[in-house]
Amino acid sequence: MSPPLLGVEGGGRGNAPLMSSSVSVDCISQSGSGLKERNYLGLSDCSSVGSSAVSNVSGENKNNLNLNATELRLGLPGSRSPERDSDFNLLTSGKLDEKQLFPLLPSMDGICSLSQKSIVSGNKRGFSDTVDGFSEIKNSVFTDGKWMFNATGSDSGTPQSVVEAKLAGNAGINVMLSNNSSGTQPSMKKEVPTRAPQEGHNKLNGSNNNSSAPAAKAQVVGWPPIRSFRKNTLATTSKNNDEVDGKPGPGALFVKVSMDGAPYLRKVDLRTYSTYQELSSALEKMFMCFTIRQCGSQEAPGREMLGENKFKDLLHGSDYVLTFEDKDGDWMLVGDVPWEMFIESCKRLKIMKGSDAIGLAPRAMEKSKNQS
Amino acid sequence: MAQSFPEDVLEHVFSFLNYDKDRNAVSLVCKSWYEIERLCRRRIFIGNCYAVSPEIVIRRFPDVRAVELKGKPHFADFNLVPEGWGGYVYPWIVSLARAYPWLEEIKLKRMVVTDESLELISKSFKNFKVLVLLSCEGFTTDGLASIAANCRNLRELDLGESEVEDLSGHWLSHFPDNCTSLVSLNISCLGSEVSFCALERLVARCPNLKTLRLNRAVPLEKLPNLLCRAPQLVELGTGAYSAEIQSDIFSNLAEAFLGCKQLKGLSGFWDVVPAYLPAMYSVCSRITSLNLSYATAQNPELVHFVSQCSNLQRLWVLDYIEDAGLEALAASCKDLHELRVFPSDPFDAEANVSLTEQGLVAVSEGCPKLQSVLYFCRQMSNAALVAIARSRPNMIRFRLCIIEPRAPDYLTLEPLDTGFGAIVENCKELRRLSMSGLLTDRVFEYIGTHAKKLEMLSIAFAGDSDLGLHHVLSGCESLRKLEIRDCPFGDKALLANATKLETMRSLWMSSCSVSFGACKLLGQKMPRLNVEVINERGPPDSGPESCPVEKLYVYRTIAGPRVDMPGFVWTMDEQVSSSLSRVTERRGD
Repeated sequence: MSPPLLGVEGGGRGNAPLMSSSVSVDCISQSGSGLKERNYLGLSDCSSVGSSAVSNVSGENKNNLNLNATELRLGLPGSRSPERDSDFNLLTSGKLDEKQLFPLLPSMDGICSLSQKSIVSGNKRGFSDTVDGFSEIKNSVFTDGKWMFNATGSDSGTPQSVVEAKLAGNAGINVMLSNNSSGTQPSMKKEVPTRAPQEGHNKLNGSNNNSSAPAAKAQVVGWPPIRSFRKNTLATTSKNNDEVDGKPGPGALFVKVSMDGAPYLRKVDLRTYSTYQELSSALEKMFMCFTIRQCGSQEAPGREMLGENKFKDLLHGSDYVLTFEDKDGDWMLVGDVPWEMFIESCKRLKIMKGSDAIGLAPRAMEKSKNQS
Repeated sequence: MAQSFPEDVLEHVFSFLNYDKDRNAVSLVCKSWYEIERLCRRRIFIGNCYAVSPEIVIRRFPDVRAVELKGKPHFADFNLVPEGWGGYVYPWIVSLARAYPWLEEIKLKRMVVTDESLELISKSFKNFKVLVLLSCEGFTTDGLASIAANCRNLRELDLGESEVEDLSGHWLSHFPDNCTSLVSLNISCLGSEVSFCALERLVARCPNLKTLRLNRAVPLEKLPNLLCRAPQLVELGTGAYSAEIQSDIFSNLAEAFLGCKQLKGLSGFWDVVPAYLPAMYSVCSRITSLNLSYATAQNPELVHFVSQCSNLQRLWVLDYIEDAGLEALAASCKDLHELRVFPSDPFDAEANVSLTEQGLVAVSEGCPKLQSVLYFCRQMSNAALVAIARSRPNMIRFRLCIIEPRAPDYLTLEPLDTGFGAIVENCKELRRLSMSGLLTDRVFEYIGTHAKKLEMLSIAFAGDSDLGLHHVLSGCESLRKLEIRDCPFGDKALLANATKLETMRSLWMSSCSVSFGACKLLGQKMPRLNVEVINERGPPDSGPESCPVEKLYVYRTIAGPRVDMPGFVWTMDEQVSSSLSRVTERRGD
């Protein structure tokens, strides 16, 4: 059963690759943290760098990986660390180690694979995980939702391409296995992209020499156990200070999200998203249980990676729109301004009925024009 | 039988009993003591607002002056409890307003407080004196305005780290001009600027003001104005501790601090400009409590400042202090009781500072009175934990957070079972323990065997099987609160130790392997427990009974299942279980 979409992806159909690699790279680098392709089987043909890392992977790991590869819970993060711009093979072997050390409960998964809903709850991550931005990745295994990710290797210039993959459970896995057997092409259709566990892997291997660049996002809800007050305070503090190393601001930015007609609201950490699309997917999953009708599927395939402009267009087709209250207390449509500007001024989010939000659009445009 | 003491005498004797434990013991002696005690108990502490109903409390204790309530489970601090779960104080206020017109104190922790509640408080209790709201939410500055305006004898207003919707700073101006009773004011959680004039006048006319914690918006240049008007302050929380470097600002500040001869506690320090730290040197030797956990100052200024505080008992600091700073601390602050080191950059797996297990070892070895630790770091070893355990058998609270989940001993790559085992074995008075890192069932065996005084245990990403949970539930005799996340603990241990749960305040388990069937069974078997299943994805019976629930919160109660649950919380008892099945049939997913 595919969940209704909040007007972002416009129907779940598998499609051809969307765009040329150069454009995709730009978009992704703008967003700050693109998605990485994973080769679950640790084949070295996808990268020319550091093949020694791959060969270090023990056979046992490979076996584990193969075993895990056939289970539906692949790519469903428990304690996965955020992805980074690091050596591809480190990522690969990291994933393998992580699989050993973060065993998701096989028995439960086996039992719960009966129904889709059970699978979802069988992973016991709860909605709070979706809040932190797992959702578009985790749930995608079970849904028809499509997402885009950048197939990229290390810095050595592995061919990059943006592949749009429709994954619904086994479909994705079949794709991967067939690639494995052919074992040739460097750019592969991958199954669930995840954020790499590289520093997790490094630590678990006991090595302290982390050569990989740091990521700045927490992936596990409520871990490390730091109160929101402290997180938000640190976030504001670091914003006031000069940014070090060009890292995105640390800390969290929790805002409340309410929805018309919903009996309760949620909190999301805006810093765990880097694009409107991520936020929208996460919110959609979060409020899935309240009926949200699917966005009109008239969006043409082959359209580009969502930029901020597109976001607003997509919302037009759905019954609900996403609005936010800015620091001045005004309610505006989400999607009009660049993402960084948005998270700086957003105080609260609200999912409104489309009819209620019609008057908002012009003001938002004007305001951003006035401010820019 | 000899004549017992007249009631008056007994009542007088009981009036010296302040601890709930003592009063509870006394009330069990005999019926007449129970009666006398209940009539003269003035302070009530309710650790779980759903364990008892206001009516039951009021029926037993007719003349109460101070109420303390706690709402959400502790893991709500880390966003593990969904919004809307509960913890509403309003029904309590309504009942308390009717029953205790002379109520003076209300202290709330992790509860949802509305402006309506605040207004009701301000209008119902003529002699209201103390309002403490720790980690609460749901109210705005309008509610605070009611409190300020109507509570004529207000002594204490402490907003803790609550989430307040900050509509404006105007609320402070609602304190009437004849309000002179303030002893403690903590507004550090508020974002917007309060009227400084109003604040200044308020401070000036309250001669008994001992605690003043400002919010970030109060600029450093204005701090001397306040200090000069309140030289009797014992605890000060600064606003932002940054300003342009100007000699007159510095000298004003230094002079103002010089006048504060009673100052024992300092906090605040947002946006620290290190050049201004020396302005406080005159008070350092008297400081016993220092909270620099929002101060982004680094070494050497940071450690230089801390080392001046030779009488320091409590230090909260960011990991900018680094191992070197902690070693200096160990050398200069021999009276240290409590150390908390928070991470400056918790979401970056790379260490941005040189803070390791060595710092904690140094402080443990150098500070003989150290009994309370909260430490965030990125690496730990069994050897270090053993050293800490051996140095500090007087440890009472030990909370260690290794940032990476399931991180092993970084030297040997083994689990940290031995290290934590040494802690519980050596520290016989240990009351609170939070663990992290790679841990197997073995550590739980150690805990069950040795941690006989342990009252609160927090576990994350640990253990191998139900045996781990079983060790804890069957071995820890004093256990009151157990909170678990992401551990492979399931039905067997829980059901086998069901009766244990009635001796505890609460149990929290999220992302574990407890099945819906087991929850139902537990709820049916144990009528004096509320077994709450929190499933945000949908009703727990939409899958097979063996499917794990997302989150489980079990607590003992004499009030029965609560009635204010949101749609994603189900209480497992006979009625609810059957009604769930009916709902499922109707939905026909």
